[in-house]
Formats: sequence, structure tokens, C-alpha cells
Amino acid sequence: MNKSLWSRIKAWPLFLPVLSLILVMAVNIIHDVYIGANPFSFFMITLRETTGNGTILYGRIIDILNRGSEVAILAIGMTLVVSSSAGTDISVGSVMSLCASFCCMLLAGYGVSSTTTLARPLFVGVLAGILLGVVCGMFNGTLVAYFHIQPMVATLILFSAARAIGLLLCNDLIVYVRNGTFGIFGSYLGVVPSPVIIAAICIAVIAILLKKTALGMYIQSVGINDKASRIAGLNSKRIIFLTYTLCGLFAGISGIVASSRITSADSNNIGLYFEMDAILAVALGGNSLGGGKFNLAGSIIGAYTIQAITTTLYALGVASTQAPVFKAIIVIIIVSIQSEPVKAWFKKRNLAKQSKGVA
Amino acid sequence: MEGNVVLTARGITMTFPGVKALENVDFTLRKGEIHALMGENGAGKSTLIKCLTGINDFEAGEIHIDGISGPVKNHSTRDAQSVGISTVYQEVNLCPNLSVAENLFIGREPMTKFHTIDRKSYNVRSQKIMDDLGISVDVTQNLENYSLAIQQMVAIARAVDMECKVLILDEPTSSLDDEEVEKLFVLMRKLRDQGVGIVFVTHFLEQVYAVCDRITVLRDGKLVGEYPIADLPRVKLVAAMMGKNLDDLAEIQKESADDVRGNPLEISAKGLSHTGTVKPFDLDIHKGEVVGIAGLLGSGRSELARTIYGADKANTGSLTVDGKPAKINQPIDAMNLGMGMLPDDRKAEGIIGDLSVRENIILALQAKRGMFRQLSRAKQEEIADRYIDLVQIKTANRETLIKQLSGGNQQKVILARWLATDPDFLILDEPTRGIDVGTKSEIQKLIVKLAGEGKSILFISSEIAEMLRTCNRMAIMRDGQKVGELDHDLTQENVMKAIAGGEAHE
Repeated sequence: MNKSLWSRIKAWPLFLPVLSLILVMAVNIIHDVYIGANPFSFFMITLRETTGNGTILYGRIIDILNRGSEVAILAIGMTLVVSSSAGTDISVGSVMSLCASFCCMLLAGYGVSSTTTLARPLFVGVLAGILLGVVCGMFNGTLVAYFHIQPMVATLILFSAARAIGLLLCNDLIVYVRNGTFGIFGSYLGVVPSPVIIAAICIAVIAILLKKTALGMYIQSVGINDKASRIAGLNSKRIIFLTYTLCGLFAGISGIVASSRITSADSNNIGLYFEMDAILAVALGGNSLGGGKFNLAGSIIGAYTIQAITTTLYALGVASTQAPVFKAIIVIIIVSIQSEPVKAWFKKRNLAKQSKGVA
Repeated sequence: MEGNVVLTARGITMTFPGVKALENVDFTLRKGEIHALMGENGAGKSTLIKCLTGINDFEAGEIHIDGISGPVKNHSTRDAQSVGISTVYQEVNLCPNLSVAENLFIGREPMTKFHTIDRKSYNVRSQKIMDDLGISVDVTQNLENYSLAIQQMVAIARAVDMECKVLILDEPTSSLDDEEVEKLFVLMRKLRDQGVGIVFVTHFLEQVYAVCDRITVLRDGKLVGEYPIADLPRVKLVAAMMGKNLDDLAEIQKESADDVRGNPLEISAKGLSHTGTVKPFDLDIHKGEVVGIAGLLGSGRSELARTIYGADKANTGSLTVDGKPAKINQPIDAMNLGMGMLPDDRKAEGIIGDLSVRENIILALQAKRGMFRQLSRAKQEEIADRYIDLVQIKTANRETLIKQLSGGNQQKVILARWLATDPDFLILDEPTRGIDVGTKSEIQKLIVKLAGEGKSILFISSEIAEMLRTCNRMAIMRDGQKVGELDHDLTQENVMKAIAGGEAHE
């Protein structure tokens, strides 16, 4: 009975992604025990008074959920793009930056480097920023779906150009929007960090969309066999286009969050290397980068796993300059346990054990 | 070896995973002959050629070449060229942005004493080569300035100048027009008279009889036979390629079919064509009628169906569906008019391998409904179960991935996918290929049953007997063209005669 439950858990598609996340958390517990702190301090969530934001939720879990929001939002779009086109959108980090720049430029006014009063209503800037993300996604989608340009090459264009366009919009300045209302997307809504809420809304909306419409099956069908999907009446090109558009939308939202956090548009730094984290999140979630079947929950767990690694490393006192080395080591371990040869090895070992037990 | 034989292959065997591509095949090429290598798609022509030219490593057998003692085994096209075997493909493997002369001498440029390329000499030599072969070109011009036919001739000239004894022409005429083909034939005959042995692969029967001296026929990876051209008239050639003996065929009885010509028209195509695959055709299909399309593989029969369905968008002509003019840009347009198509390549265009049987069955119906009107899970399961039962799909359960099913059951899933959309007009392209006999007859019965319900069916099959059993009428395809229809005297012999065409050689 126990065994069948265990084998059922192992068959669960999210088993390995969740296991990876738990392993990363376990490192924290071991560390806490080692330094003599409360072993569960990693999971402790407390209310804390702050000077800037009033009473807020505080704790390492909250920090991971908060800091991981941007990559989690990007991972949604990236999952759909990978599924439909067996390619990745490497422009999302740059598009984040462009959308942030556009939004801040509109809010501050062209050429203004720092402002406390908004030149336009907040929603105009934010919506325009997000809309620009959609436009970027449509651009990528057109190149991939209708011009049959390889996704890597097609999205390389905005990967290199979007940041520069952002700087152009901002007149080469870092535009600061030091107005409390703009900072709302990156700070707190009540006691909860707003990025967490925004990510939750994005995830909920897409989950409902996948559940209530045939979008999920369409995307997977096209990703698995676009020719057969076309014969069966799907508009393969339009579906691929749609996934890139959605990816752009989420890059836009993510860009606004990142920009709101620092209440400025720093074209050179916002979203830097985030495309890589988003792709990694998809892979950590147990999704094949070869397209087809996807598991959105896996990608989102993957995104938070990446953030958990970073937060853990800081908690362990690893210098931020050295953190990528350790992050790389952990990623290698996680990716390896999910790889086919390692899975096959475990299976073989289990079988050997079983037959031994019988004999 | 006989005195005039230039190449012999004996007992060539070659296996691809799961398929015996060539089994104990012999091939003999003599000096100064044009030898046609014939067979349907998948018969092993290309595989044999690749064995000769070193692209494939065959497992068993020997190749002997005149003037070389001992068996020859080529491991690359360069090896093959060094023993005098050159190949020219349908797509010209030359550099369009180099001059004709440069292309002729690429990789073996004549040198001056200073070890630089001797341009003057190779332009003069190139011009002489081309003049000798009767090809009028300016060798200093870039290759891309010339037509595909000339480019092909340059490729041939290059092969000939490299002292080839065996020249293999693999579908060289596929993209040429009639005039260009004639020019190519003049060159081929000239080379033959110079003693070159030419292997000619084509699916145009006319061309075989226009230029060849001898025919070798392959079928299913096996040698059927080698015949002098005079001994193998067209009908016999077709029979040899398809594996039917004409004498046996006459005995097969055709079941009578109800006359449905009084029914209103479901489909009426006028001058429909798709550039490069099927020439303009007219086709009427009545309600409740089963129309077969007969022709060799590659004759354009699938392409005709694809053009109606919008899988390949029609370039010319008009289509009327159920009496109303129809504009079809892509398959979903056709589906909305009540069509469905089971494509011939099940793996590439039929199944969605990583999706379940349930998802594969409801896919087309869902596509017709649109993304936002999702069938409820309960409804999906009900439909899936109903069709699993109706067409008897053998699957562990409805959530099994379709790729885990056998070929015949995969085909039934695709069939179920279309039945679920309740089509008025169903195109079945090779629905019985590669599936067991029992399932074949089930599908044939289903076709007759559907027609009885007033649905129209376009049925394509390589097995004429199967079409004879189910079809009311047959359209005949040859070389991408609909060449006629048969509606009475539907016998295997008549159909094969029609497929072969050109009675002159009988």
C-alpha cells in the first residue's frame, strides 16, 4: 500500500521539480541547525514593522516569492513559446527593459531624468509599457510563425536592439519616477509584496485560460506536430504567433514590476540575463525544450527554485560575486537528476534491488 | 564479366531499422546504354543508387567495375568518382554564383607553373567541353544566369569530363519543361554513343520509352527483373512495378455499386491546380458517391486531394461545395464546409504522437468549434469512448498516448477524428496502407457504409482491387495530371491500362 503511494508520487510529473525545490530548502534547514538557529527559521513568516512600508510580511519564503516574481511571470510565456515552437524567446530580458523605459519615459516626460510628479496618469504609462511588450511579442511571433525564422535568431534581434531602443526613448538617461504611486507595483499591497500578487494573478489568469479553453491542447498539438495539426484544422502559424505575443505580454508586465521596484528605468540593468533564468525555469520544471507537451506548474516551481537557490546562497553568506558559481553547481545537479540517463540508472537500480529482494 | 559490361552489382542487401530496404538485388549496366531504374516510391531505387555512389554502406553483396579487379566498395561520393561513377541529382549540386567554367573545374583547377589557377586555360578548355557536348553557353558567365536544364547539363558535363564510366541521373527531368527534357535527351544519347553507361531514374513513363534501352524494375526492395525496352510494354511495366500479374487480375470480380449519378453534386472542381504538383483538373463528386483516384505513387493523386482540401492551396480554378462556390485557403476552411481528410503519411501529417487517444480523436471537432468553445472533459470522454468502440480501436484506455498504438489502430484513431466531425465529404488517402488485412476490410466496409448514409468519399489507394470493391467511379492520374475517368468496365486491367497510358507500346 505504502509502496503504491510512493510509486504514484514518483509518477507525478511534478515530482522531480518539487523534489529539487525541497532539496534547496533542506540546505537552508541544515545550515540553520549548523549555526544553532531555529531549524525552521527558513519557513518562519512574521509580521514586521518597517519605516517605509508599514507592517509587512517578512521571512525567507516571502523573500523568495517576492524576488522570484519577475522570472515566474516570464516563465509562463517562455513555457508556451517553447511548447509551440520548440524554440526559446531570448529577447524577454531586453523587452522587459524596453517596456520599463517606455513606461518611465511616459510618466516622467521625454528627456526628464527625475521627477516626483507624473506627466501622465499612472495607468497610461503602465498600460503603454505592457502594450509595447505585446507589440514586441507580435514582432517575434511574426518572424517565427510567418517568416519561418528560427526562434533563436528571430528573438536575437530584439535581444540586442530592445535595450538600445529603451535608452533612445530615455534620451540615454536613467529615468527616476520618484512618485509613490509608481512604486506600488514593486513594493507592498497591504502586508503582501505586490509582485507576489501580480505573479499570482498572471498565473491564475493563464491557468484559467488553459483550463477553460482549448488553448493548451492547441499549443501542444502544434508543438508536437504542426503539419498534422494544420490538417486537423488548427491554424498552426496563428497559434505560434499567439504564444510569442503572450510571451511579450508577460515580459511587459515583468518589466513594469522590475522597474517599479527601483522606481526607475535603468535600461542597462533591468531584466539583465532574465531570459536565461526564464529558460532555465522551463527546463527545471521538467519541460522538454524540444517543444510539445508542457507543464506550466513545473516551470513556475522552476522559477522559484532559481530564486530559492540565490536566496539560500546569500543566507549561507556566499558573496554575490561568487554566487553564480554555486548556482551553476546546483543547477547542474538538478538538471542531471532529471536527465534521462540518470532516471534510467535509478530505474535499473530499483529493478535490481527488487529482484534481489525476491531472491 | 562480359566484355561490354561496365558495372555489375550482385546480391546487394541493405537494412534500415525495421525495414529491409534492399534484398539481394542484382544490377548490370553495359557500356553505351541508357538503363532505366524503375519502381514505385519506396521500392529501393534511391537506396540502390546510394549504395553504388558510396552514400549508403550496404551490408551484403558486391559491386564490380570494368577495369578494376576485385569488388569495389565506395565509402563516399569521392570514392565513387574515383572509380568512375558520377551522379547528377534533380537539385543541382553546383555553385550558382561561380562561372560555368569554375563549376566545371572546381576542386581540380588547372595550375600555372607559379601554382596559381590558370584561368585562361580553363576557360578555353571549358568552352571546348561544352561545345563538344553541343551545349551553347558562355563559360565565363555565372551558372545562375542559366536555366535549370543548362545547369543540369553543366553538372553532367562536369561528370563526363571527370572520365566517368557510369553516369547516374536521379530524377533529372522533374523540374524541366518538355523542350528542356528533349535537350537533355540529346545530350544523353550523345554520351551513350561515346560509350558511357547511363542509369536513368524517373517516374515519367513516356521518358523511359523515349530514351532508354533497357529497364530494371524494383519492388519492395527486391529485383523484379531486367528487360530490354522492346520486351516490356507500358502495361507490363506498370504491372511489374505494382506487383500484379495481368493474367491473374482479369479474374477479380468487381462488386456492383448502385448508380449514384442522379444524386446532387457534393463537390465540383473546375480547373483546380497547385503549381508544381498537380495540373488543372475538373472533378465532380456526387452525394453518396465513392470516387477513387488511381495512379502510380507520385502521379499526383494525393496532391489532387490535397488541393481540394486546401492542404495545398489551389493556385487556379474554382470549387463548388454542395452547390455553393467555396473559397478554401487552408484546411479549417474545408472543414467548415463539411470536409475531412485522412492524409497518406500517418506519422507526419496524421497523428499527434504525444497526445492521448482521446485528444487525438476530438482534435478536429474541437478545431471546428474554435478555441473558446472547449468540449467539456465529460463530453470529450464520451466521444472518445464512442469511437473507440465504433471503429474498434485497440488501446489500453482513452488516455494512452497514440504513439504507443500499432499503425492500424493509429489509423483508426485518425478515422475516428474525422467521423467525430460528421463530415459530408471525406478524403481517405491510403487509409489501409501498412495495416493488417482484417482492419483493411473493416475500413472498406466502413467506406461503403458511409456512402450509403449519403456521404461523399474520395478514396486513394495503391491497391486497385481495394478501390474496385468500393468505388463507383475512378479518376486516373498520370504525371501530375488527371488524364481521364472510368465509370464503367471497372476492371483491374482497364484501370492499369489507363494508368499506364500511351497504348503505342503494346
